[in-house]
Amino acid sequence: MRHIISLLMENEAGALSRVAGLFSARGYNIESLSVAPTEDPTLSRMTLVTVGSDEVVEQVTKHLNKLIEVVKVVDLNDGCHIERELMLVKVRAQGQDREEIKRLVEIFRGCIIDVTDKSYTIELTGTSSKLDAFLETMEKSAVLETVRTGASGVGRGDWILKV
Amino acid sequence: MSVEITGAEITVRCLQEEGVNCIFGYPGGAVLFLYDELFKQEKVRHILVRHEQAAVHAADGYARSSDQVGVALVTSGPGLTNAVTGIATAYMDSIPMVIISGQVPTEAIGLDAFQEVDTVGITRPCVKHNFLVKDVAELALTIKKAFYIASTGRPGPVLVDIPKDITQHKTKFVYPDKVTMRSYNPVVKGHVRQTKRAADLILSAKRPVIYSGGGVILSDASTQLIELTKLLNYPCTNTLMGLGGYPATDKQSLGMLGMHGTYEANMAMQYCDVLIAVGARFDDRVIGNPKHFSNENRKIIHIDIDPSSISKRVKVDVPIVGNVPDVLKELIKQLKENKTKSDQSALKDWWKQIDLWRARDCLKYDRESKIIKPQMVVEQLYNVTKGNAFVTSDVGQHQMWAAQFYKFDKPRRWINSGGLGTMGFGLPAAMGVQLANPKGRVACITGEASIQMCIQELSTCKQYGLPLKIINLNNRYMGMVRQWQEFFHGNRYAESYMNALPDFVKLTESYGHVGMKIERPEDVEGALKEAFKLKDQLVFMDFITDQTENVFPMVPGGKGLSEMILV
Ligand SMILES: Cc1ncc(C[n+]2csc(CCOP(=O)(O)OP(=O)(O)O)c2C)c(N)n1
Repeated sequence: MRHIISLLMENEAGALSRVAGLFSARGYNIESLSVAPTEDPTLSRMTLVTVGSDEVVEQVTKHLNKLIEVVKVVDLNDGCHIERELMLVKVRAQGQDREEIKRLVEIFRGCIIDVTDKSYTIELTGTSSKLDAFLETMEKSAVLETVRTGASGVGRGDWILKV
Repeated sequence: MSVEITGAEITVRCLQEEGVNCIFGYPGGAVLFLYDELFKQEKVRHILVRHEQAAVHAADGYARSSDQVGVALVTSGPGLTNAVTGIATAYMDSIPMVIISGQVPTEAIGLDAFQEVDTVGITRPCVKHNFLVKDVAELALTIKKAFYIASTGRPGPVLVDIPKDITQHKTKFVYPDKVTMRSYNPVVKGHVRQTKRAADLILSAKRPVIYSGGGVILSDASTQLIELTKLLNYPCTNTLMGLGGYPATDKQSLGMLGMHGTYEANMAMQYCDVLIAVGARFDDRVIGNPKHFSNENRKIIHIDIDPSSISKRVKVDVPIVGNVPDVLKELIKQLKENKTKSDQSALKDWWKQIDLWRARDCLKYDRESKIIKPQMVVEQLYNVTKGNAFVTSDVGQHQMWAAQFYKFDKPRRWINSGGLGTMGFGLPAAMGVQLANPKGRVACITGEASIQMCIQELSTCKQYGLPLKIINLNNRYMGMVRQWQEFFHGNRYAESYMNALPDFVKLTESYGHVGMKIERPEDVEGALKEAFKLKDQLVFMDFITDQTENVFPMVPGGKGLSEMILV
């Protein structure tokens, strides 16, 4: 099963490699990983998407917790949560396709942020599956390049992840 | 206003503040300023080894046989890479240790400088934590943190990498009294409600077993473990790492369990209905095939400081995360207050069953043999030292015979590399043990293959007058490898015969020690007695043992605990 794990860690050199090293050393999957400093610059917030059985993901969170620089870990799947991912996608857009693509982008609530006479660059945010869906609707050969950030997640409502 | 001192002096002052009496190391370019400061003082004694691996093993033996953090000091590059085996060994067995490594100057890092390696990167997977010090102002706090992290929670080695220029830079020295880290708060007390549940479960047992591991030794919980076991009159088995946690000569002891554990311990583990695991981690050498283990129905209580040890290999019913002695104290209190009494008649039947298993006499061997049996040497060592020695070992058959036949009644007496299984550990570890216990009698049980992996340390022993007694069980084979080849590879002894062995007596003598060669069973006891009479001298005893002897019982890899091969 897909799990989305959120963690706060010390914003220190090497902290990221400890997380990445843990996953490779123990053979866990990282589907995506996104990280940046928080409003408190001494802390980084990371969102990690992993796939595994509940037992494996329980071990993952325990081992993440054991890392000395990790301050807090939550498995967002344990409660309600919201997740978003940003995708930039460059597509071939010529002739009739230009209108068709514009309509599609609107349906997906994305925007076209760069235009040439041969292509569009589209910005799209949403859950990872929405981004997948968008790509599926595009003709394969039309997609020239995609860049995705990996998911970021927060808990729903008043619940917050804090030190 | 206090004066500013160099990073090198700060490092040494930190060690003094931590009460470190003895460190093990080897100098080199990146640590010259540190050595200069060590030279100028007398509080911290430096032991010069002959190979960095030995420095770390010695610091490790020092820590295991005392309750102190072991300290090793190595230079950058090859000094550090030589130390990695030692660090990984300590990591696998959760030994509190601080390793200080020199690094090339800050501005040279990343430029493939002479003797540069990415120390933090190389050691990251085999340390509890590591630091690269980038500013002399952070040095003292970093060292404080290193000792704190190494010795609290589930202990482990912590490495501090110090670039050469940092050892020259100056700042004021303030050693913090304590550190708090928002990201590191090890639990101490167990959950009271969980402990209550555990107490109920324990008292409902009809076929209980207490299974205790290295966590009991590391957390000094032996007293509480004994109290618990006595209170309940339940049987207790120790892992390889837990030997001495519960006295081996006590009638409630089942001896060691696992791959080469006793028949009674393994059968009791397999067929118990309530298992109380204390500071142990259900590893593959202990429970064999986890699927086979789970075929039997039993409830498991697991007490451990490390949440990630719980339900890692075996699903646990009542986990209690906490410092073992604290949890055991609470558990004992709960048991005493609990109105339920344990089922005495069921317990009586269980003990009867255990006695039947014991009657199988799984550790028997040919006592009439005309060739020296390795088991007999260990038994004699036990008799001659009255069970009071510190015993280190290397890795192989001799290690298992040592674990089976030396009856450890006290914790911190049995020192071996259980997790990583590092050949070469025994001799340097014994040096650390002897330095931590100057009055103690220290024996190193080894094999002719293992001892050659760190034999150079005989020189260190001479320099510091360490009167170790080395028991070389010389079967001219990498015995454990040979045993597996005999059992599982059709007797094809590929590369496991030890050819071109040195004359160990002459070799020992060339280092300035006493060497003995013992070839007849009737000479074993006398030789051991004579060796221990030589109080101030290292004696290397080369016992020429039966080449064909195997370690029994044995749970073959992938098999279940009740599927032992017996003699
Ligand atoms: C550094 C290292 N290399 C290889 C091994 C694999 N290994 C385990 S036991 C063993 C043989 C040990 O032989 P010896 O020291 O003579 O002991 P014996 O088994 O004969 O008692 C070997 C090679 C190991 N444990 N450690």
